[in-house]
Amino acid sequence: MNIEWSALGSVIIWGILIGAGLPALFALGVKTLAVPAGPDGERHPSLGRRVGAWTCFGVIILAIVGAVAFIASGGH
Amino acid sequence: MTETILLVVVVMTALAFDFTNGFHDTGNAMATSIATRALKPKTAVLLSASLNMVGAFLSLTVAATIATGIVDAGLVTLEVVLAGLVGGILWNLITWLFGIPSSSSHALIGGIVGAMLAAAGTEGVLWGGLVAKVMLPALLAPIVAIAVASIGTALVARLTRDVPQDMNEKSFRWGQIGSASLVSLAHGTNDAQKSMGIILLALIAAGAVPEDSGVPFWVIFSCALAMALGTYLGGWRVIRTLGKGLVEIDSRQGMAAETSSAAVILLSSHFGFSLSTTHVATGSILGSGVGMKGADVRWGVAGRMGLAWLITVPAAGIVGALAYWIQGVVGGDAGAFVSFGLLVLISAGIYLVSRRKPVNHTNVNDEWEPSRTGGSDETAADSELTGDSYEYDPEAIDVLADAVVMRDVYALSSESDTDEPDTTTSENRA
Repeated sequence: MNIEWSALGSVIIWGILIGAGLPALFALGVKTLAVPAGPDGERHPSLGRRVGAWTCFGVIILAIVGAVAFIASGGH
Repeated sequence: MTETILLVVVVMTALAFDFTNGFHDTGNAMATSIATRALKPKTAVLLSASLNMVGAFLSLTVAATIATGIVDAGLVTLEVVLAGLVGGILWNLITWLFGIPSSSSHALIGGIVGAMLAAAGTEGVLWGGLVAKVMLPALLAPIVAIAVASIGTALVARLTRDVPQDMNEKSFRWGQIGSASLVSLAHGTNDAQKSMGIILLALIAAGAVPEDSGVPFWVIFSCALAMALGTYLGGWRVIRTLGKGLVEIDSRQGMAAETSSAAVILLSSHFGFSLSTTHVATGSILGSGVGMKGADVRWGVAGRMGLAWLITVPAAGIVGALAYWIQGVVGGDAGAFVSFGLLVLISAGIYLVSRRKPVNHTNVNDEWEPSRTGGSDETAADSELTGDSYEYDPEAIDVLADAVVMRDVYALSSESDTDEPDTTTSENRA
């Protein structure tokens, strides 16, 4: 009986980095876009905020593409 | 000739298992999206079914092995596979009846182990492998997933605490759909291949294809279709337990839970420490309750699930052993037919029992505590008490009230799954 403890350790560490990090990044993006609504009832975040938020979302989209590639490559 | 008939029965049973696999595991990916209303129930199962189908075609690295390292591969015969499949299917159906998410692959392994014990005695089972590859991961998977999802949820909750609720809901529903889709895709790739592997193994054993054969297209197609069909019919009972039974979740928690599931499932297979999708998904949902301040986790429900996971292998094993024994007593083709016939009969029986208290897309999101399903007023009051998402979404309460009323209507008529009027009502409202 051999449990691969090192593999389990890797799953936990990377799991926390990716599995908890990506939601946090998404939350950061949402928070960045959450400026008070203007007189017309719409939110108008500044260009800087929009660039910042979409950088967050961009990283997430890259992660999703990477995950699909991983599934397709038969790693799963 | 004999081999041919046995082969046909095995292939049909493998497809039936594939169907229950999709049916049983829809909730792993979609329960949270349904519970938070990121997707309408029917839309969610359609999306999940499509992605399972795509996933089945996406990667074709099928290993023609079952329960590698758990049973002695040299002793696996078609009869053992058939009995094992019967055990796996029946355990899947029984746990579905009770709305318990349990691992389909563990059920299959349990069935095969039981059949192997009946066929070859304790020699045929590699006990060390069973503990290291099945039992321990079943305990570790939820712990890992709870850790990841609770950290993710806590971070998300902290970052978004000043963001208006409506914006949170709107944004995180998108994130939730994306992450749930990944889980569906991974599930399609992973689990459809198990059935493909079984059928390929059966074909090789019967001499229908050469030993080094790839998977014939009809096998890929029928496995993908069987799983997608099962997923689309939706194991609503399991979805309900995962989405409403463990913890009341909002879309932020749902997004954190599904991302955790996707990450842990993919990482665990990358690092060669494969964890069951069901155990990971359940742990992630629990973790999303642990990480959210003020969320009540129903540990009693979680405990019952844990118990079911522990007995999955022995229970499916007993059924598998019984099936093998019956096949042996009757003997030959007739044995396979009797085994298959009993499977159909018992499955039909379980289905009939389930009709007494149907759970479907109309009532999958009802409040979990039975006393709270009385009417819309109580539901609204309850939402305010627990602070869940309906508080901010009066239309959702209307839909919920409709669902409650419709369920009562359906309780009078026997057919409820496919009736259209309610679907249109929900869609008009939402």
